[in-house]
Formats: sequence, C-alpha cells, structure tokens
Amino acid sequence: MSFLEIRKVSRFFGGIAAIKDVSFDVRKGEILGLIGPNGAGKTTMFNVVNGFYHPSRGEVYFKDQKVSGFKPHQICRRGIARTFQVVKPLQRMSVLDNVIASSFLRAKDKNQAVEIARESLQFTGLYEDRDVISRRLPLGKRKRLEIARALATQPELLLLDESFAGLNPAELDESIGIIRKIKDRGITIMIIEHHMKVIMAISDRIVVLNYGEKIAEGTPLQIRSSPLVVEAYLGEAQSA
Amino acid sequence: MKKYFPSIALVLMALIPFLGLNSYLMHILILVIMWSVIGMAWNLLGGYCGQVSFGHAAFFGVGAYTSGMLYSKLGISGWWGVPASIVVVTVFALVIGYICLRLRGPYFALATLSIGVILRIVAENLVQVTGGDLGIMIRERSWIEKTWYYYIILAIAALSFMLIKQVIGSKLGYYFVAIREDQDAAESLGINTTLYKTIALCLSGVITGFAGAFYTNYMGYIDPKVVFALHDISIIAIMVVMVGGVATFSGPIIGAIIMVILAEAIRSIPMLGTAHHTFFGILLIVIIIFLPNGIVGDFPKLKRLVGLARRPS
Repeated sequence: MSFLEIRKVSRFFGGIAAIKDVSFDVRKGEILGLIGPNGAGKTTMFNVVNGFYHPSRGEVYFKDQKVSGFKPHQICRRGIARTFQVVKPLQRMSVLDNVIASSFLRAKDKNQAVEIARESLQFTGLYEDRDVISRRLPLGKRKRLEIARALATQPELLLLDESFAGLNPAELDESIGIIRKIKDRGITIMIIEHHMKVIMAISDRIVVLNYGEKIAEGTPLQIRSSPLVVEAYLGEAQSA
Repeated sequence: MKKYFPSIALVLMALIPFLGLNSYLMHILILVIMWSVIGMAWNLLGGYCGQVSFGHAAFFGVGAYTSGMLYSKLGISGWWGVPASIVVVTVFALVIGYICLRLRGPYFALATLSIGVILRIVAENLVQVTGGDLGIMIRERSWIEKTWYYYIILAIAALSFMLIKQVIGSKLGYYFVAIREDQDAAESLGINTTLYKTIALCLSGVITGFAGAFYTNYMGYIDPKVVFALHDISIIAIMVVMVGGVATFSGPIIGAIIMVILAEAIRSIPMLGTAHHTFFGILLIVIIIFLPNGIVGDFPKLKRLVGLARRPS
C-alpha cells in the first residue's frame, strides 16, 4: 500500500490542462520535493490533493481511501494539512488565536486546543510572538505561522507550498531545521520549492513537473543528472 | 472589575422602572434594548463571522409574524411567538442559508437584501395567511404599563448577550472569526465553513426573531411594510453595529443607544419629514471615514480626537 497515491490525475481549466495524466506516490515518512518551472502545475497539484480542486480525470488515494472529490475540511480531518504559497494568515487575529483556530480540529475542549497551539508555536519558534496581531508579522514569520497552523491540525501528511520563498539566509536555515524536525516526528512531507539548494538537500525523492506533465521522478542525484530535467529546468540553476 | 461590568449594568437596568419614568422615556428605553438585541444578532453574523446581511428584517419579520399569526390564526397569546419563533426562524434560516451561503461577500449581501424584499411582497400578497397590507392587530394588550414589556425585553437582551459571549469565547467563535478572515484558509484548516456559517446564520436569525416576536406583542400591530422594512430594520441593524463597533460585545448596545435617540431627535424636527433618512446616510458616511471600527472599536482614536479639540481652548 502506498501512503498517498496520485493516479493519472488531470485537471483542466477551460480547454487548458494545468496537469495532465500525472501519477506518483508519496511514501510514508519521506520528504518528497515537487519541482518544475513556473506554471508547471505544482500548486494545482496541491490544490487537487487538498480538495480545493477536484481532478477532471484520475483519482487521489490517501491511505488506500479515495479522497479526491472530498472537500478541503474533510481531507484535513483525514490528516492532510497544507500551507499556502501566498500566505493566508487570519489577519486580525493574534498569532496564538490563529493556531488555536486550527488546533480545535483535534482538541476536545478549549484548554486542550490552547495547549496544542502553544506546543505548535514553540515547535516553530513563534511562541515569543504569540500575542502579535498576525498581519503585523514580517513575511518570514508569516510563512512559519502557516507551518505552525498546519501542524496544529496534527496531520500525517503536510503539504508545504514554497515555505522558503522570500526568506533571508538566517530564516532559511531556521526553516530547514523546522522541516527536518517535522520529518523526525514521523510526519510525511510533500514540498514545492524553487530554492534548488534547499530542495536537493532535504528531499528524499523528487518529482519534476513541466507543462503539467511529469517528466522525471527519482532521488536528488538522479534528478540532477537527468538530461530532460536539466533541459527543462535545471540548466540555469546548475550553471549558477 | 471589568468582568463584573455586564452584571452590574444588568442590575442597574433592572432598577430603572422604580425611578417612575414617564411612559415615553420607558418606550425609548425599550426600543434601545430591542435594537441592542437586533444589533448583537447582526454582529454575530456580520461582525464575527463576516457574512454581511442586508436582510435582517427577514428574520425580524418572520419572528413578528410568528407571534402575530399564533394570535390571529390560533387565538393564543402572541407571547407564545417568542419560543415558537425559535423553531420557525431556524427552519427559515436553514432555507435561506442553503440558498445564500454559497455566495460570498457582496453577493451574499445582495442575496439577503432581496430575501427581505421578497418576504415583504409575499406577506403583502398572501392575504389569507398574513392579512396582507392590513396587517395583524393584537386587540387585547397584555399590559397598559410599560414595566413588564421592559423586563421581558431586558431578559431577552441579557440572555442574548450571555449566549453570544459564550459562543464567541468557544470553538464556534474561533471558527466564525477564521471564516471572516479567510474562508479558504479556514476550510483548509479543517473547518467546515458551510456548516459554521449556517450555525452563525441560525443563531443570528433566532435572536433577531426574538426581537420581532417581542415587537408584535409590544406594539400590538404589525404589517409587512413595518416589519420587513429595508431601511427601517435591515439598514438600521447594520448601522447600529457600525456606529457602535463591529465585532465588539458592547458595540451594538452603544450603537442602539445612539441610533434610537438620534432617530427620535431627528423625527421631532417637524420640517424634515421623511428626509430624516438623509441624516442617517450622512452619519454612516462620517462613521465609515473617521471611525471605521465604530465608537467602541475606535475609542482610543476618539479620545485622541476629543483631546486634540480641547487643547487649543
């Protein structure tokens, strides 16, 4: 059995295929990197897995149960949480309240919800900022708030959509540390990232999308040496 | 100290009838409390959950007609309308929610606005059921004195206040605000946004319906133009909250005090006639520009403005 299984998924917008016949698995406990040039269909893939879009064709199975067709909140309850590329903090709520709003999903009562939220904030290093109204947070911390909030739903699979974009080097190191710690907790991660050094360093396996199609899948080493990938995408990154 | 403030206020309010105020002043107080109830109800849905309704007259009217029709059709006391409106308004809110809550933002507002208008037209034309334009008259008034009416609406207001406070401090409150701030984010955090928006709509509708049912018994007469009024009910409900303070506990109460007194004051200027609506329009514009969070929400700003005004003198 596989943990998350994408089976021949296509998603059309009008006549245009954002993803076309894509299949791959995510194995329990791994970090799977999803890369590809802009417009390759990475975020669309997340939206399909997370339930914002239903696949036009194909299915998504999570722990051998078909989840495509479910609503996002039903999928979240089954154990898949996500962050957004364009961060969506609950602007006028404090950082702590943001996380409490999501920790209620598993909590029996408010005390437990607060406890889960506190723990999640300490884990992501945001506990000092718990009383800040979240729209006042700098971008780096907002990205981390996204992660804290997703973790508070106690997921088994975490979808991270460009959690590193726009971070400075110090924040970058901190976030990589957090991702590794999440993996150590046994949470499976699928991550979209443009930052090549980061994705090569932390991913166990990588899936490459280009114009909505999967063009490669393998370990970072295999991906780096695949001529197709280099041509489509990595050419510039490697020469740098 | 702040924690006990609502209880102290309630006790003081309960003592007011012993002051022996004349019946006009009691009438004003009753209206203020009734509008506080409507404001609190609107605030729950519009302020906390972010679903701005332009059709709260629909709930007010359904509550009012529940009372009125229990009296006119079944011949029982109109006061039964207060408990009965819970069931009637909930069923009504579920239907409205099913239709309107799939819409977001301004589209939801427009849909609710139309529901209010549709209900008025229905009530005007279903003459067999509602009595049409003639309305419903409660012939036997319960009391001549205002005192009991005052205590009943005060009880409804106190219960509504406690209910809303309880709801906002709980999981429901967090979910409502999460939905207001970002519906997509809320959904992906595992919040069933459709369900919780429906809950907010039902709670808000039922509390507004209480006010409507009370209104029938208090005024002794309702007709479709009065209880389903767009400008006199739906819009004033929004203004009470906007003036007082959106998403605050005391905002709707402050807003109700100001709006009721203002309405009475403006109406007493004889030359104005129906032009008094213009004043509300201007007031709303001023509030939106200078105090977008209302009097309670922008209280520090208000104090600063007043402080600045004082210094030169």
